[in-house]
Amino acid sequence: MDLYEYQGKELLKSVGIEIPEGRVATSPARAAAAAADLGGGVVVKAQVLTGGRGKAGGIKLAEEPEAAREAARRILGMSIGGLGVHRVLVEKVSPFECELYAALVFDRGAKKVLAMLSGMGGMDVEDVAREHPDAIARVYVDPLAGWSTYHGCRLAFEAGLQAELLRPVCDLFARLFEAFTRYEALLVEVNPLAVVGGRLVALDCKFTVDNNALFRHPHIAHMMDIHLADPQEVMARERGVTYVKIGGDIGILGNGAGLVMSTLDVVAEAGGAPANFLDVGGGAKEEEIVTALEVLTSDPEVRTILFNIFGGITRCDEVARGILTSIGRMGITMPIVVRLEGTNEAEGRAIIADAIAAGATNLFVEQTMRGAAGRAVALARGVV
Amino acid sequence: MAIVIDERSRIVVQGLTGREGSFHAQRNRAYGTNVVGGVTPGKGGQAVEGIPVFDTVRSAAEATGADVSLIFVPPRAATDAIYEAVDAGLGTIVAITEGIPAHDMLRVFNYLQCRAVTLIGPNCPGVISPGKANVGIMPSQIFMPGPVGIVSRSGTLTYQIANELTHRGIGQSTAVGIGGDPIVGSTYVDILARFEADPETRLVVMVGEIGGDEEETAARYVAEHMTKPVVGYVAGFTAPPGKQMGHAGAIISGSSGTARAKKTAMEAAGMRVGIDPTEVAELVAQVLAGR
Repeated sequence: MDLYEYQGKELLKSVGIEIPEGRVATSPARAAAAAADLGGGVVVKAQVLTGGRGKAGGIKLAEEPEAAREAARRILGMSIGGLGVHRVLVEKVSPFECELYAALVFDRGAKKVLAMLSGMGGMDVEDVAREHPDAIARVYVDPLAGWSTYHGCRLAFEAGLQAELLRPVCDLFARLFEAFTRYEALLVEVNPLAVVGGRLVALDCKFTVDNNALFRHPHIAHMMDIHLADPQEVMARERGVTYVKIGGDIGILGNGAGLVMSTLDVVAEAGGAPANFLDVGGGAKEEEIVTALEVLTSDPEVRTILFNIFGGITRCDEVARGILTSIGRMGITMPIVVRLEGTNEAEGRAIIADAIAAGATNLFVEQTMRGAAGRAVALARGVV
Repeated sequence: MAIVIDERSRIVVQGLTGREGSFHAQRNRAYGTNVVGGVTPGKGGQAVEGIPVFDTVRSAAEATGADVSLIFVPPRAATDAIYEAVDAGLGTIVAITEGIPAHDMLRVFNYLQCRAVTLIGPNCPGVISPGKANVGIMPSQIFMPGPVGIVSRSGTLTYQIANELTHRGIGQSTAVGIGGDPIVGSTYVDILARFEADPETRLVVMVGEIGGDEEETAARYVAEHMTKPVVGYVAGFTAPPGKQMGHAGAIISGSSGTARAKKTAMEAAGMRVGIDPTEVAELVAQVLAGR
């Protein structure tokens, strides 16, 4: 889970890292009030979980409250990288001497924590890495041994920073590592990290935490509540369904992440447009199928539904009953293509066949993944 | 032969008294697997359908001669269970648990580095050596003994492909689900090396998905070290970047970790790559037939 800039900065502040004084605002009037409260020049920054805010016009300087109001009026409601802006962060402008880059990364390849520091802050780190690979110092940290002071020293020297910054850099990284481990982050990136009168101030922050660890961090889990803008994703989360919206017209439901991903691919290969990823998980019962279908059909774009079940712990007859219950309860009339294989497949197929014989004309049974995908694509196009 | 587990493996189930643990332990035993005991602290002396329960892994291992642990412990206690099994001297640990925090697993992985332990998982369906032993949650009825090794990050995709093979009369030596998390105990490379050394395995199917670069690393290993043919598959061509697709490991960040990059790396390593599970089975049949 990615945090907004202001949320990440709260976590940095909690470990003693200096951040600019600022306020979050959801309206131009509140942005103006925040600017008056802070006094002096401010920067108004769109809070959005994507890069390229600056280039998109999502960051504006304002000398006084009226200018902050105008800046917020322009930024709120903008769409940056397809995401709507609902909040701005109004911060006091910090005059600085130079800008650094600092980051800690959960490196799944190296199986260590990777610490990075560069004197070339304030620009896209991928550009720096490509054009000046030597400008980024890197140190790997063994998670069992934890952070050592020498890690900070090495970073500062290898990044070529002046000697006065040695102590502040060591102090900053020790705190950054504390935040990284305490909040179980996968990424903490501070860019730019400003040098202000010999002190280091985090002007921006990218903070990604591990979803699997949120049970230990209820205050961070709570931060997530405002992240989900898409109504289907909000509904899915409330009901404990693993759902990702993709945007096509064939609603897809299966068991197991790998099989569902594969199903999306097979549908796309057959010329169709998958609407979503939905994994009902292992051992789903009748009621869980109904819940999953409620989430899936709440997307108005969906015109056809494809079930792809390979029963291991999941029983095909439970799935078949769930489909019929959903049709009865929700009055689903759009076509549903069903492919059931594995545990209790004969019982499951018999239940569907009986329903078709009894007049459920929107049900279609297929034996193979390819056959099911082809049928779903044809139905979505209205060919069948 | 087979790899990781076989008919001689003696299994102790950590979390045997839980719902999942007792259900699958009995299924595994019914398949012929030597399920010799279970561990639940505080429930030592009890039994689950005749399987004795112990308070600690050490006491279970001493009493039963167990050499494999199968873990069904919930996420917040799962790494504790792994450490206990390692310290009790069990050589093979299969962790089914889904949802273990990544930082916990990062420490476990580094703890295992100087120890001679094979950890499979977590967030995996386990290991089956058809006709010999089933350790985990895989549906044994879709497998049959034979010459194909399977290594996969995904449970249901493993079933789908094994089923397609079995329908064609092609059996499997061992199927290993290495798990869908960012940090797992055994990588593709670890398992490929064991299949290469296993005289019963003639061909390996490697099933990948989006996220990380383990498939790319494995493809290089195939090119440099494998004499046996490896048929590949990757799921997730239609996955949008930045979205987690069910498995904690399946997320594309930046330009790396895409299905296309993985397929390209596999093909560059000389592997034949199927476009869907059906084509994977067709390719396996062709390679085994010498075409």
